[in-house]
Amino acid sequence: MAKKKNVAVETTTQDGGENAIFNKETEGLSQGQIVLRRFVRHRGAMTSLFVILGLVLFVFTALDQKIGPFKVPGWWHYNTEDLPELRAEGCKEGLVGCPTFSLRPKFLGGAGFGLGEHPFGQDNIGRDYFALVMRGAQRSIMVMFVIGMIGGTIGTIVGSISGFYRGWIDAVLMRFTDFIITIPAIIIGSVVGYHFGNLGVGFLAFYLGLFSWTGLSRLVRGEFLTLREREFVDAARVAGASNRRIIFKHILPNAVGVIIVSVTLLMSGAILLETALSYLGFGVVAPDVSLGLLISQYQDSFTTRPWLFWYPGLFIITIALSINFIGDGLRDAFDPRQRRRITKKDRESAKVVKKAGA
Amino acid sequence: MSEQVLKISDFNVDFWVDGVWYPAVIDMNLELNAGKVTAIVGESGSGKSTTALGLMSLLASNARMSGSVQVKQEEMLNANAATLRKFRGREVAYIFQEPMTALNPVYTIGFQIVETLRNHFDMGPTQAHERALELITLVDIPDPEKSINKYPHQLSGGQRQRAMIAQALACDPGLLVADEPTTALDVTVQAEILDLMRGLKDKLNSAILLITHDMGVVADMADEILVMKDGITVEHGTADQIFNNPQHPYTQQLLGAVPKLGSSKKRALPYSENAKPAPVLKLTDVTIEYPKRGRIPAFTAVKNFNLEIYPGEIVGLVGESGSGKTTVGRAAIGLIPIKDGMIEIVGKDISHATQKDLSSIRRHTGIVFQDPASSLNPRLPIGESIGEPIFLAKIAKGDALAHMIEDLLDQVELPRSYRNRYPHELSGGQRQRVGIARALALTPDLLIADEPTSALDVSVQARFLDLLQELQEKLKFACLFISHDLAVVDILSHRIAVMQNGLLVEEGDRDAILQNPKNDYTRRLISAVPVPDPAEQRIRREARLAAKK
Repeated sequence: MAKKKNVAVETTTQDGGENAIFNKETEGLSQGQIVLRRFVRHRGAMTSLFVILGLVLFVFTALDQKIGPFKVPGWWHYNTEDLPELRAEGCKEGLVGCPTFSLRPKFLGGAGFGLGEHPFGQDNIGRDYFALVMRGAQRSIMVMFVIGMIGGTIGTIVGSISGFYRGWIDAVLMRFTDFIITIPAIIIGSVVGYHFGNLGVGFLAFYLGLFSWTGLSRLVRGEFLTLREREFVDAARVAGASNRRIIFKHILPNAVGVIIVSVTLLMSGAILLETALSYLGFGVVAPDVSLGLLISQYQDSFTTRPWLFWYPGLFIITIALSINFIGDGLRDAFDPRQRRRITKKDRESAKVVKKAGA
Repeated sequence: MSEQVLKISDFNVDFWVDGVWYPAVIDMNLELNAGKVTAIVGESGSGKSTTALGLMSLLASNARMSGSVQVKQEEMLNANAATLRKFRGREVAYIFQEPMTALNPVYTIGFQIVETLRNHFDMGPTQAHERALELITLVDIPDPEKSINKYPHQLSGGQRQRAMIAQALACDPGLLVADEPTTALDVTVQAEILDLMRGLKDKLNSAILLITHDMGVVADMADEILVMKDGITVEHGTADQIFNNPQHPYTQQLLGAVPKLGSSKKRALPYSENAKPAPVLKLTDVTIEYPKRGRIPAFTAVKNFNLEIYPGEIVGLVGESGSGKTTVGRAAIGLIPIKDGMIEIVGKDISHATQKDLSSIRRHTGIVFQDPASSLNPRLPIGESIGEPIFLAKIAKGDALAHMIEDLLDQVELPRSYRNRYPHELSGGQRQRVGIARALALTPDLLIADEPTSALDVSVQARFLDLLQELQEKLKFACLFISHDLAVVDILSHRIAVMQNGLLVEEGDRDAILQNPKNDYTRRLISAVPVPDPAEQRIRREARLAAKK
């Protein structure tokens, strides 16, 4: 059997040679690690990730918090309930409670670099605006995560079930989804906000989450419809796997890219939804504070005391933008076809592999 | 002396991956004259398709090329975009492997041919339409008047490939680059397409650069052959030289790995004809129907099918795509419900089994799927994929399971360390071995192998078939081997069953079928298999054409 011997000798090199170039990039890494590596390379997304993490830390440690019976002191010297005197010094003619935050050094005619007593200024009755914005940002971030979690869970479950089972289950679930989609989110939000707004932001976020899973469930369903036709699902079935095992162990991990990406985008939408609702007066209600509520309360002071507008706005934009960037980075990282662009510098600095056997 | 169409000298292509240039084509030299066919042969990853795309600067942005490529004495490398556009389609036309993806699904084939024509010639729409009609007639698509307005999905695979050839020929190109033009097609259709290409080449006097891994196709078409391995041209010569007197060991090995019809020794049935044991798999009058969906009527894929497989034998099931052979395989292990008839596995009737009944049957069966890339869960390490049947059958857990997985990996000759790897880190051949290991995990009595080698290169395929044979001899399982490749079935099986359009047309001993086929269709199937020998292939071709007339 001369033929067989020949083949056996060559097998190792051949098996390695196939897809060798592609394998160079993936050797010894699980898919999760590959995705992580690509995500870390995405500069915008990494920056945004640090911004968000920093912001969460910054915002949640700023004020006194009550966790159960314990009171954790914050690092900021005011709370939302404090009522210091309205300050007029250093403000323009006829204004009170302007921001003391200054970046302009003294030799340029400014107040020098420093935060001052009320860096973001004060509101009508003298409350420290920095403290208010911090509380508002806490609420907004919390709403964002709760909506993302609840919407993500329901969307994934509904989508998986209807995509996997198809038939009448799919029809019923998808018509139900259609029904939810036809009701504008803002109306649901205002009804929910009107009835449950006074129960606190937690409740509000929970109910909003119950209505924000529709887009995700459609995407997950589509993903399941394609994945269930793949042969590894048949292989699992032949191995004796139950439907539940096939859904959760075999298909869902393959759909996780779609889920993560759309949940991030859902979250950035959630923060805007909460803002819009509070602005309309249906979301978070006073005496609680949220970024949208702050903007709504001081909308008429836009011309005279614009800082009451700037700072909540700045936080909304920063949070929503960062989350969007992270979602974008994740999308790129999960897309196997997307390759990094090669710059001229890359081309020139690249090493040349020895031409083996040439 | 015919005109020189293509001249490649010192051609190099490298790919940039993570800061390193990896060579894909190294120092290639090639000359091609009008009316001639040069074949580039090699396995996947050897750089043959890269060469084809590199000729016209169609490679991705992470490639760099050097050397010289001249088409009709004009330099193509580093030519500006306008020159390249002028030459693409006009002088150099491409035929790709997968006509379904290479044709745009939202335009009719007529529109796509007209588009090519009007891009390159100053032509009115009516005139272009007439020319397109002429081309479609030229490539023998039935009913050209109607077909010109058809969309790609309305045509069969062979017709699609013809449409693509018509599009490629639209401008009478001097050079036709055919990148695996028949790999996606059945043998009988492949023979027709090759006949067509040969005829057109003579008629239009164009040169063909044929890229393929199939030595049979090469023997059928090529005047000159260039053998590539890992980007290096290992041998270059006339077809005669390469086939009859290969110099380089790699060429010899490549030729040795090609399965030839009728070359393997006789295999005795593992049981005596008179005292047959109880069959492992018994299909009686099985009819399988895909139920109607919406406006698509119900489709009968398999009709009144009878087959018995006895312990320890390999039965080859052969047929063209769409003949229902895969459907039979899947129904045999209960993946598809049957409409009529009876299926028995080791004496148990599973024709109307519930999920629970099936799970007990599944200990006796295993299946190897066609596409190893799709049949392994990309998110599971292969050790888990292999161990899953054992785990779910509650035979072993934890350390005992790990031990069994290692034994299985040893059996299919994969290193034990591979159990923590993911499918994408393995090559096609390795993945398919994982597929076998998983199928054999529960030491089944019956193994269904559904075209397990169709996605593999010839030499990997040869190794895979050896392994399968060794395992079968050791473990003595019965096997239903489904394939469209008669040569592969010839190597493995004791008996052969031939299917056409859902019907079993012939069934019997391997040698009886291959040497003395009773059925017309079987005969046609056998004569269409290309043989890796130019002289013999010529004789067979003439015989086939004569039979057609």
